[in-house]
Parts: sequence; C-alpha cells; structure tokens
Amino acid sequence: MLSVETYQTIAEADAAMGQGGRYLAGGTIVMRAVNYGDQSFHRILRATQPERGIGSDANGVRIGAATTMADILGHADVAFLHPIARLIGGPAIRNMATVGGNLFAQNPYGDMAAALLALDAKVEMSNGQAQPIESFLMDRTHMRGLVNAVSIPRPQPGTFFFRKVSRVKPKGVSVMSVAALLRHGDARVVFGNMAPCPVRTKAAERALASGANPGTLEAACAVCTEGLSPVDDALASAWYRMQVAPVHLRRLFETGKVF
Amino acid sequence: MAKTPVTFTLNDAEAALFVDQGAPLIDVLRRGSGDLTPKQGCSQGTCGACTVLIDGVPHLSCLTLADTVQGRHVQTTGGLAEGPDLHPLQTAFMEGFAAQCGFCTSGMLMAAKSLLDRTPNPSRDDVIEAISGNLCRCTGYEPIVDAILTAAAQIQRRPVR
Repeated sequence: MLSVETYQTIAEADAAMGQGGRYLAGGTIVMRAVNYGDQSFHRILRATQPERGIGSDANGVRIGAATTMADILGHADVAFLHPIARLIGGPAIRNMATVGGNLFAQNPYGDMAAALLALDAKVEMSNGQAQPIESFLMDRTHMRGLVNAVSIPRPQPGTFFFRKVSRVKPKGVSVMSVAALLRHGDARVVFGNMAPCPVRTKAAERALASGANPGTLEAACAVCTEGLSPVDDALASAWYRMQVAPVHLRRLFETGKVF
Repeated sequence: MAKTPVTFTLNDAEAALFVDQGAPLIDVLRRGSGDLTPKQGCSQGTCGACTVLIDGVPHLSCLTLADTVQGRHVQTTGGLAEGPDLHPLQTAFMEGFAAQCGFCTSGMLMAAKSLLDRTPNPSRDDVIEAISGNLCRCTGYEPIVDAILTAAAQIQRRPVR
C-alpha cells in the first residue's frame, strides 16, 4: 500500500527518505513504476518547493533539478540544450519531465543525462555537495541523497554535438544517443543507451583530442565501441548497436552540431 | 490507508474528492468524478490518450500524482463543448472523419486545444509537433492534422472561449 508524503523543501524530503521511499519529481518515472506495480518502494516523497529554474553567469548555467524540459525550451540562456530537450517525449512529457529526473532515467531514456555528461556538468546534492556527473551516473543506483541542481560550464559556440538515433519519427525512444564536446586539446565523447548508464568512450576521446578532422574521426570510429556494453531490446539488438555506433559517431560530426 | 482530500477545478466546476494515496489523476477523474473522457492507454507516458490540460498546459493524467493538482485547473475533453454546441475541434474531427476507433481522440483534442490556445494560426508542422506525443494506432494521422487545421481556421473566423 502506497503512502504519499509531502514536504516543503527538497532538503526536508531528503531527511525523510529512509526505507522504501522514492522521490517524485515530474512523475514520468515514478508514476509509471506505480502504474506497473513496482513493489520496490511503498512511500512516495515529494517537495512543493523544489529548485526550479535556470540561472547563468559568465562561467556557465545552473539548472534546478525540478526544471522541466519545457522550461529549458523557454529559456534562451540554455539554447545549447534546446535540441536535446526538443527530442525528449512529446509536449506533455516535456511539461512534466525534469532535468533531475532524467539523471535517473533507465535505458532507453536519459538523453539529457548523456548530453550533460558530454558537457562536463556537476551534480549538486541537497546537502550542498557537488560531484562530477560521470561518477554520479556510475553510482546512481546506490545513490543516497536527492539532487538539487546541475551546473554546466557554458560551451563555446561550435564545440557541442548531439545526435539521437531513433527509428520512429517524429518521436521515438533512442536506439542510442551520441554527444560530444570538443574543447581545446580535450574531447568528451558520450554514448547513451549503450551501457547501463550514459558513458564516455575514452578511446574515441583520445583520438579526437586534437580536434575532429577526417583522420582523427576515422581513428575515433575504429575504437569508439571499446568499453560499451549495450543490451538487446525491442528496438535493436546489442550486436546491431555495436555495428552502427561508429556510423552514428561519424554522423554526429557531420550533422549533429547543436552549439 | 487513509485517503487524501484533493480539491481542484475540473473544467468549470469545483471538484472535491478523496483519493487513494499514490493514485494517478486519471483514476480520480474517471472513477472519482465520473469524467470518462480521458482514456487509459499505456499507463507509461507513450500513447498520450490520457492527455489533459493542467492550468492550460498538456499533462499526461496517468503519470500525474493526483495530489499535485490541488488548487489547480484541470481541463478534459468533457469540458470542451458548451452545452449542445461542440467545440470547433470536435466538429472538425467529426466532419473530417478524424476519429476511427476513437480511443486516441480525447488526447488528440486536448493536445490540439493546447496548440490552438497558444498558436491560433498553426502551420502543418506545428500541428504534427503538437500531437507528436499522441499515438493513433489506426494510423489515421492525416485526417487528424487536417481537422486541427480546419478547426484553427474556424476559430479564427469565430473565436471560442
């Protein structure tokens, strides 16, 4: 039997989490679990005043965990995230789904988390501590504590790339997503839905560290599946995903520039 | 388990209901208030058949915790018509044969209403985007898009509330 506990702030909800609790933000993950009889939790905790909104300064942007995909689409300071937000769900989902929730979205969802991993975001917990999104995602199934906000260094124009591969148009879930950030002497290349959580592919990053040109891209494509461990699902087999991952990495740089 | 009282505006009437803890809004609408217009399709946010407007913005009622509409305004297809007069969207759907089995229609209408409230003169691409979260498994999308554009033109000539 479920119970619902309503708190004012996310810190209060965090303090009350305890056994059998699941935090509800936009509802697109937790209510789906409720509808399908998930027995792993029996308490739903929510906050009436979670951090929602986008702030920016010279260095980057800070996005409250309760900020929805529609909020992102309505805010010019995060124009570099608009193409990703627009690819998530339909309009109703975008009015509900939050940035914080996307960090916990299981495959085949979590396109925004993949983009944030490429963008070198930091995840700020409700206790005030921040950690790199990479270690956060690796550890998310054992996570203790709630997410308060995400901060992102602002990408330089022309450096951020994102591509979502889906079979159903105009809207379909990801076969995979690919994201990259090319900074001076440093590349971050991320695959979503190709491992238990969005992951960087370090071999491809090394190949692209000096920038993307036909030579480095060829080298990156040859090694980009190292460390990936996709699974078979209704959309594609693991084998297929491994075969086409290099194709989509190449197309990422041909057509995927978003900012 | 104790039930929770929730009060909200459902279309033009005040609704005050006791809801089961953890119940999604669609259960409260269909079983609690007897408004059967939102349809329960996939229960996972894929099909859009349960789309309602909350404070004018489309939401999926199957993924909305009922407690969260406390004090808010929920609009369903049940509130589109004014007495015997159908909303222009309903008329356009009916006259344009935009409903086949009809299961997706309620969600389509609410997604379309949200579009026309914000964008009175939409392009065809605007319409396709607006209903992109609503599946029609009869695959009758073309008449649906045509009907929404017809309704938009109709509303331009004679605005509705």
